[in-house]
Amino acid sequence: MTTKPELMKRMVKGPDGLEFEVDPLRDYYCEAPPTVMPGAYIQIVEDFFNWARSKSLWILGFGTGCGAIEMRPLMTPRFDAYRFGVAWRPTPRQANLFIISGYLSTKTLKRAIRAYEQMQNPKYVIGLGSCTINGGMYWDSYNTIKKLDEYLPVDLYIAGCMPRPEALLAGFEEMKKIIRTGKAEGANQYAENFAWYKANQKRVIHDWDMPDYNW
Amino acid sequence: MRELYARLKALYPLGELTEQRKNLAFVTVPAAHLRDTLLHLRDKEGFTHLVLLTAVDWLEEGQFQLTYLLNNRALACDLGLRVLIQRDTATMESIHDLWPTAATYQRELREMFGIDFPGSPRIEEEFILEGWNSIPPYRRDFDTLKYAQEAYAERPGRVTHDPETHMRLQMYPGQHPAGK
Amino acid sequence: MLDIFPPDRTQYPAKKADGTLDIDLTSGKYLKLWQGPNHPGITGNMSVELTVCGDEVVEGKTHVGYLHRGFEKLMERRTFIQVFPIVCRVCVPEPDFNEYCYAACVEELAGIEVPEMAKWIRAMILEMGRINSYMMYLGGQAGALGQGVIGQWTTYVRDLMLDRFEELTGARIYHMFILPGGVRDTLPDGFAGRMEETLCEVEKTLKDVYDVMFCNAVFKKRTVGMGVIDPSWLEPYGVTGPNARAAGVAKDVRKDSPYLIYDQLDFEPVTGQNSDIYTRADVRRRDVWVSVDLIRQILAKMPKSGAVMAPLPNVLHWQIPRGETYVRGECSRGEYGYYLVTDGSGYPRRINVRGPSYTHAMALLERMIVGCNISDVAALMVSLHTYPPEIER
Repeated sequence: MTTKPELMKRMVKGPDGLEFEVDPLRDYYCEAPPTVMPGAYIQIVEDFFNWARSKSLWILGFGTGCGAIEMRPLMTPRFDAYRFGVAWRPTPRQANLFIISGYLSTKTLKRAIRAYEQMQNPKYVIGLGSCTINGGMYWDSYNTIKKLDEYLPVDLYIAGCMPRPEALLAGFEEMKKIIRTGKAEGANQYAENFAWYKANQKRVIHDWDMPDYNW
Repeated sequence: MRELYARLKALYPLGELTEQRKNLAFVTVPAAHLRDTLLHLRDKEGFTHLVLLTAVDWLEEGQFQLTYLLNNRALACDLGLRVLIQRDTATMESIHDLWPTAATYQRELREMFGIDFPGSPRIEEEFILEGWNSIPPYRRDFDTLKYAQEAYAERPGRVTHDPETHMRLQMYPGQHPAGK
Repeated sequence: MLDIFPPDRTQYPAKKADGTLDIDLTSGKYLKLWQGPNHPGITGNMSVELTVCGDEVVEGKTHVGYLHRGFEKLMERRTFIQVFPIVCRVCVPEPDFNEYCYAACVEELAGIEVPEMAKWIRAMILEMGRINSYMMYLGGQAGALGQGVIGQWTTYVRDLMLDRFEELTGARIYHMFILPGGVRDTLPDGFAGRMEETLCEVEKTLKDVYDVMFCNAVFKKRTVGMGVIDPSWLEPYGVTGPNARAAGVAKDVRKDSPYLIYDQLDFEPVTGQNSDIYTRADVRRRDVWVSVDLIRQILAKMPKSGAVMAPLPNVLHWQIPRGETYVRGECSRGEYGYYLVTDGSGYPRRINVRGPSYTHAMALLERMIVGCNISDVAALMVSLHTYPPEIER
């Protein structure tokens, strides 16, 4: 593994003349591995939480593939997903639903993993399009992954190439049902099987130049 | 197009002219004369627009064909310059100082075909692929299906139909699939 | 414009002997900033690595490859008819140009004559796709400067146009309607009337967009005189399409070397003078009017009946003799072209896609981005109207 020059440890002189050391890999990332988030003490409280969670799906606006083109119609008057409590956020910190909109090349997979790990718990993943399910049209491509749930815990797949906005709306409703019944445990699965997910990710991403978990 | 070819032929040792359409032709240029030809075409003949620069892998002949496609907007005609270089020592002169945009094409060719263009800006940097660990993917001897099967986990249950057998079964049901 | 806070250029990096900038990250003067791939102010899934001094960009490097699927390799593994469903995936917002350019390449090398009716339908589909693409652009350009409402309106109109696409082809985004030999079907009954309604809606929205976006003082202040493409850069950087037309050069493939039936239509390429972000947006807005007019002309002048598909050989054993060709068309972003090489077998030897974004987003953007503020980077990038999937395929 070769470290890029901007990731190397170095001394930096600040604007006020003070010199300090910067070690990007330690300073910009947190190395603590994820932990399983236990449910509430009483089931009825957990149910209430799940009900509340299902009412606000905030999507990370990261168009990873061609499916992102159907997001715009969803945000606008024709389909208007906002009326279902679905909103788009620009940063992973404010989002709890990550829609993998289509094929992921290995280069994007690396960024998608970072974005996913930066999101706050509880967090959910929807795989959109046939290419996330089994490679779809790109089944013989050398640069796209074929099975998304090897690398990220997927709660729901929406099939189609590409799925219509109506299919996405139906998918959101289905996602809400899954959350309300307390079955959307993707983030906990990720924490439990962390080593397995990391091994899969590292097998595909050849220049892994970041710590294992960063958020 | 014929007059242009005659004028060029008097100056440089060119190959045969292949006229594809009345406003598109291809001609083979020796690698050593490429730069002069391009300069002449750009400055004297009005072929100022570099449309594309790409490569074709003729694996059987052991050669790469580089295609420099130039466009003359006033005459609405295109001229493609073919340059054949050896496949095992794939190196070509860079033309990024004639058209700055050629540097991008050369970066892509370097990564996808492994053709080197010494002196081209940022030629060493990764362009599209990241952490690539096999032979350049656009070469003919790179098998993308084999690579994909080895590198990525696949979901079981995927069925692929050979179009011919599938159509035969659809049109003549009951017949043996091989049905010759 | 009045420069209240002139940048302190004494802090700027010097040039090294090989032409690269001498940027010493440990000096504390510079900051490396990544814009994208996960950034709302970026066009699609690409990123720009900015080195900033204060809030002024001193160096910008475009990074692409996030959408690379290796199309040109995948196409080599498929027969000529199997390539057809995947070509449209090369460019998402305007897929029809891929279908047309690929079909035209194959027809030329295989010697297939396309029926007259199919040519008219093709031209109409291309113009409809152009309107869609411009509508996406207008929303994005306004959104990059904080005017979200334009995006709401234009996306709505785009949806209406997608309805017409759906009626005609059965699909919203990937139509797969133009295939080698012609088009799949004729127009449905009453299509022209419903198209006219949609076009009226487009015109109405364009007027609103003009009032709200182009007459807006904030929009003008932030775009007039910003991001100028010098006319002398056009040829070296291979600038085509509206980006070139905004610089006063009437470069339009539809006019320069007419394809399909564009020689029978009456239109003038739209040009601008100032070549800044405002002019580029304005050229595209006026280009929508041209497209609307062209669709009306096409629907009026089109033959009323006729074959739409030329007879093809058995596509399972379709072999095309050795040859090479290049076919271009004027898409909403500039010159779009396919370079096809065949070797006499049933598979294409090589297909190369020449997307206009390839030159615009790489060399040109890297040149233009130097000296602009961080807050203007998004507007500048959107104004070039680039779609990353056609850079990396």
